[in-house]
Amino acid sequence: MSTTRVLRAISIGVLCAVLGMALFAGEISHYSYATQFRELPYAAPSSAHLLGTDALGRDLFTRLIYGTRVSLLLAPAAAFLSTLIAGLLGSLAGMIGGWCERVVLAAADLSMALPLLFVLLTLRAVLPMDLSPVISVVATFVLLGALGWPSSLRVVWAASKAMRDSDFLLLARANGCSPWRMILRHVMPNLRPILLAQFWISIPVFVLTEATLSMLGLGVMEPMPSWGNLLRGLEDFSTVGANPWRLAPLVVLILVVICFQLILPMREELA
Amino acid sequence: MLRALKCFSILFICSIASPLFAQSGGELHFCLHGEPKTFNPVFVDDEASENLRYLTGGVLIRLNRQTQALEPALATSWAISKDRRTIAFQLRKGVYFSDGTPFTSGDVAYTMKLLLDPSTHSPTGDAFQSGEGKTEVRAAAPEAVSITFPAPIAGLERLFDQVAIMSANSPKKEMAVLGPFYVSDYKAGSSILLRKNPNYWKHDAKGTSLPYVDSIQLDIQRNRDIELVRFRRGELQLINRLDPEQFEKLKQENSSLARTAGTGLDAEELWFNQVPTAPLAPHKKAWFQTTEFRKAISLAINRSDLSRIVYKGFARPAFGPVSPANRFWFNSALIEPKYDPQGALRLLTQAGFHYDNETLKDRTGNRVEFTLVTNSGNPAREKMAAMIQQDLSQIGIKVNIVTLDFPSLIERMTRTFDYEACLLGLVNTDLDPNGVMTVWMSSGENHQWNPNQKTPATPWEAEIDKLMREQASAATEKERKAKFDRVQQIAAEQQPFIYLIDKDVLTAVSPALIGASPVVLNPQAFWNAETLRVQAAQLGAQK
Repeated sequence: MSTTRVLRAISIGVLCAVLGMALFAGEISHYSYATQFRELPYAAPSSAHLLGTDALGRDLFTRLIYGTRVSLLLAPAAAFLSTLIAGLLGSLAGMIGGWCERVVLAAADLSMALPLLFVLLTLRAVLPMDLSPVISVVATFVLLGALGWPSSLRVVWAASKAMRDSDFLLLARANGCSPWRMILRHVMPNLRPILLAQFWISIPVFVLTEATLSMLGLGVMEPMPSWGNLLRGLEDFSTVGANPWRLAPLVVLILVVICFQLILPMREELA
Repeated sequence: MLRALKCFSILFICSIASPLFAQSGGELHFCLHGEPKTFNPVFVDDEASENLRYLTGGVLIRLNRQTQALEPALATSWAISKDRRTIAFQLRKGVYFSDGTPFTSGDVAYTMKLLLDPSTHSPTGDAFQSGEGKTEVRAAAPEAVSITFPAPIAGLERLFDQVAIMSANSPKKEMAVLGPFYVSDYKAGSSILLRKNPNYWKHDAKGTSLPYVDSIQLDIQRNRDIELVRFRRGELQLINRLDPEQFEKLKQENSSLARTAGTGLDAEELWFNQVPTAPLAPHKKAWFQTTEFRKAISLAINRSDLSRIVYKGFARPAFGPVSPANRFWFNSALIEPKYDPQGALRLLTQAGFHYDNETLKDRTGNRVEFTLVTNSGNPAREKMAAMIQQDLSQIGIKVNIVTLDFPSLIERMTRTFDYEACLLGLVNTDLDPNGVMTVWMSSGENHQWNPNQKTPATPWEAEIDKLMREQASAATEKERKAKFDRVQQIAAEQQPFIYLIDKDVLTAVSPALIGASPVVLNPQAFWNAETLRVQAAQLGAQK
């Protein structure tokens, strides 16, 4: 077994373990992620609080596994949405060409030119105020997915354009195949490796974007945890040296992002 | 032999003590937290410019930041007419601007005209706008000037603390100053060098000319962490304002560096949107307009926990609109707010709400739930919001928290009124109640819970309007105080703003700086910059 395969196997194992902990968070920890033990702010790790507590006395381990659930389930969903949009629009632009191609590429260029963070800030500001934390989380990731497609689109468009004059599409066209049927039945399956790669690349990107938004106080709303708002605990870096366990969310985030990167080639190979 | 021994002893003591002696000269070094928008005292509207104005500007009357009393400065005396419309100043003789131009009543007239000219749009001048009509400034003699306003202004003399007199004749215009320092060098985005004004009129008790230090180096530094690191290294001699985390860390490292002036003037508060036209559900508007509901929320919030956890104990539960730090205007008869969730539930039950199965519902069965909005990027407020969320969950109220960037929040607060409850802080720079007229008058734009009312929406708001008007025109400070005490009483009874905590003033002062004594009024750590001295050892290092 090559080193690469071992690393990939370990990565899959780590991801499964992290995902398992996130999914069974309620069974693993008997605390609520919102409960404040106000007599124990910034408590050190103990048998009662495995990773200690945060500034408000909330159990950090509980918040970490619930936060993992939020980030690790919703980031792939956002990645799926953005890859879907990129796949449909990119293949359409590549296959049809002409005005359609120009419009789609112009839209992608425009979207890439806009600073994503400010667009997200603006959209977040116009959302209704009475959203529950769960809906707010979903809305944040939907926004991420809906705005994160342009860079993937460029890749998909280039691949589908290269496919446009291929023999199998010529044959399909000669048989009277409609453009949509060609895209769905012929182009998309051939774009699968690219779409899968884009999907896996997007997951850590969205996790990090959510983390950035949360660092600005605009991501997942309190008291719901996410990796992003857990990382805000590291803002006060000078105290981290004395309390290294507060680095746990960062360690998990780095671990998951690395694991995603390591399993990525295998996905391509499988495809 | 004995004499020789004595001489040796004196020499020995002197050699040990000399580094500890303070002396004139040297440079004071600290940071401003933003770029000053202007050097012209008339246009000052930001904290950095205000601090510069304080250090460079000469005023007729100075508010002593420590005693909170008014003291003669460029005016040796002043008198206010019985109708409180005219103030007459007797000016100090033999005073010169930093460039050598003599100071006369013409300069006061020039400054006041500029300040009150509507086309100038001076934020400082706005405080003097008393009514329709023209303000007359009469310079009867080089040392006498009188100003007559169209209508009475309460606390008039106090306003002159903000009026830095400008020269009518100096070619250097606003750069010619009467304060202890003048601007010598400015590197945009980097630093400002202030030098000792050689013509400054003030002397200490021994006749030594003030200020003691030769110059002040002001670095423009927005990053508070970098500022603290530089202070620790000894590059800076003071930090005007620290946050509780920084203060606590510094205190743990060296308690003599961390200096507090006690409870300050700034408060944190929350309020409910009571604007009749706000796009809110009618049942929510009804809750927010119910006094018992607001009082119950106030009772259910554990302010001591907010102070202890969010502010590390460097804050105290707020009584009402005025902090106890405002010695004269604070109403000491107000009762300290208490944490009483059961009392809150009793009040809510009286108001028709019912608590069942850990959920609070109103008369018509609607679950009591609201969204608390605050500005993003303020960890202290976000923590407070999370704590309020848990406190209110104890009485069955569900709170959703939304953080918005400041412009979006202001848009909702002032234009669309599309919010339910808001958590923000008030920065108080003025001790006098006239400074908060726009907050308490129902027609005021800062009457946040229901601004810009044509007529007062409630009887208690009408009473506050009447009291605020009366205090503004009352003849004596005692009368004014009685009226404003009643305003504070009504505010405590009605809770339009639910005051949460009053924050402590936290500063850092290097041991190399002698004479520093932080106060609650801005500028907290360098209010007495003219009498600050740098220790001789530090002076040696600077040389």
